[in-house]
Amino acid sequence: MEMLLALVSGVLYATGFYLMLRRRLAQLIIGLGLVSNGTNILIFAAGGLTRYRPPIVPEGTLTIEPPFADPMPQSIVLTAIVIGFGVLAFTLVLSHRVHQSLGTDDVDLVGTEGER
Amino acid sequence: MTLVLPLLVPLTTAVVLLLAPARPLVQRGIAFAGSIVQLICALFLCRAAILHGHVVTQLSGWPAPFGITLVADILAALLVVAVGIVAVAVTATAFAGVDPRREAYGYHPLFQILFMGVSGAFVTGDLLNLYVWFEVMLVASFVLMALHRTNAQIAGALKYVGINLLASAVLLTALGLLYGDTGTLNMADLASIWPTRTAVTLDLVLAMLFLVAFGVKAALFPLFFWLPAAYPTPPAPIGAVFAGLLTKVGVYALLRVFSLLFMHGPPIVLSLLLWLSAATMVAGLIGALSQRDMRRIIAFNLVGHIGYTTVGLAIGTPLALAGSVFYVLHHILVITNLFLVSGVILQLRRTTALDSLGSLYRDHPGTALLAMVPLFSLAGLPPLSGFLGKLAIVQGTIAAEYYGITALVLVVGLLTLISMARLWDEMFAKPATAPAVARTPARPLVWPVAGLTVLTLAMTLGAEPLVGLSRRVAEQLLQPGAYIQAVLGGGLNSSVYGPKPHMSLVAPQEAGTPHGHSR
Repeated sequence: MEMLLALVSGVLYATGFYLMLRRRLAQLIIGLGLVSNGTNILIFAAGGLTRYRPPIVPEGTLTIEPPFADPMPQSIVLTAIVIGFGVLAFTLVLSHRVHQSLGTDDVDLVGTEGER
Repeated sequence: MTLVLPLLVPLTTAVVLLLAPARPLVQRGIAFAGSIVQLICALFLCRAAILHGHVVTQLSGWPAPFGITLVADILAALLVVAVGIVAVAVTATAFAGVDPRREAYGYHPLFQILFMGVSGAFVTGDLLNLYVWFEVMLVASFVLMALHRTNAQIAGALKYVGINLLASAVLLTALGLLYGDTGTLNMADLASIWPTRTAVTLDLVLAMLFLVAFGVKAALFPLFFWLPAAYPTPPAPIGAVFAGLLTKVGVYALLRVFSLLFMHGPPIVLSLLLWLSAATMVAGLIGALSQRDMRRIIAFNLVGHIGYTTVGLAIGTPLALAGSVFYVLHHILVITNLFLVSGVILQLRRTTALDSLGSLYRDHPGTALLAMVPLFSLAGLPPLSGFLGKLAIVQGTIAAEYYGITALVLVVGLLTLISMARLWDEMFAKPATAPAVARTPARPLVWPVAGLTVLTLAMTLGAEPLVGLSRRVAEQLLQPGAYIQAVLGGGLNSSVYGPKPHMSLVAPQEAGTPHGHSR
């Protein structure tokens, strides 16, 4: 399972960076989204995977025997998903604005326009 | 409570601003009053931090490392005060008038949220929380940047957003790997278990990820190109806040994380940081000398001087680090002030391009004299605060026997002087080619400049205690024992809270070994 998640995360990072290096704005944004999802899976996997053992203290006892699934990475991922979603929405609006005012979605042309 | 107030006050102000009637004067008044209250709270926090060394609050009473810790050492407290000062200065400029469209779309509340994010990043004791504050700060700054009209501004905003989101993703990657490696993200907890780990395979990767993530935000050498593209484009008050505070958050994060985790780690990282700092200084100043626009020159100077603030960390001796800390404080005041000066000039002449400026000294001698102090303080002319900061760094580098860096600091200081003297000559001294647009500068634009100039002078006169404080900061950073003790072993407020009874329900066997998580 770790291996699978590592591969998925790696592929997401690679695709994300590739897309971010492209010239079109839409690809930049999709790339950002993929990288942030790759990060989420990386955090999830790096925190350790324990299946079928939720971190809940059984009734009648005060302790839980390890191994149990670590809830911390899941909460980190949750935070990251929420933030990433909001930020992605913002970049979409911004790119729409860029397209409106500059009439192009070519990142290079946006750059030269800015240097003018 | 002293620790929560610098966060609660701007949040409350923002909420009040959103609920208050949208009349410009009301909004400006509330924002200004809120910033003054925030500055007062920050001063109280600073006083407590200087008296006790560390101020610690465990949020909701959850003991560290389980809950989120807020902790202010002297460095964080001083920086929170700087946030308050910048906030007051910038909200005061709004009385001179803000673009109505921008004001209608939440100019004032966004500033308050930004101040909250920056203060939060300074006082948090938890790395994930640091990431969250970074995002709060970034989103507010994104919107402030993107509320723009001209194409250059939109293009600058796009670069700013893209590179900062990438840096956030890198930071999050580092946090994930760090959690996987250690099982905690509480800074003090990390620092306490850091030397006791058996496998240290990931150290270099983590250090590099943190260096890149914070280096983008701080605008270190190969990662700074977004800054001169983005910062000169928004209106002067926004540029002032970004230039004064946002890069310093990156520098602060570097100082915090590297001093806690990587000072005795892989030596290559610190020498890399040293080289990057040196390259930042040189590249920034060469960029500054090639520009023909006041705001772009200042933006490049900002980049160059970031090198000064990280070089002390890279050398790692108390003297050099103290110099860098002093320089950070000086830099916040001076750079913010220079961007506000650019606002005054924009009002007077509608441009900051050097070719169409001139005669400002003849036409406005008072304003010119006010602008002269930050200009030549940045240049490091004695006896101004920039000179004292550079002197402290030079002393530190000589004591640590980094003579090459000493020479570089001096050469870059000379380049800054040339760059600032050219600015003075082109803007204030040479005869103007274009007529003035406004007869007199608006008072709300000049008063913040005057205030910050007075503070710069005060920093010069009161350098002795401030250098003393910088030395204490350097000691605190280099000996994290007290920090760890304050957070984990019961700080100022631990007697108030104490451990919560229900904590024992979670996992009592973890009480002795809080890091034994499930792996």
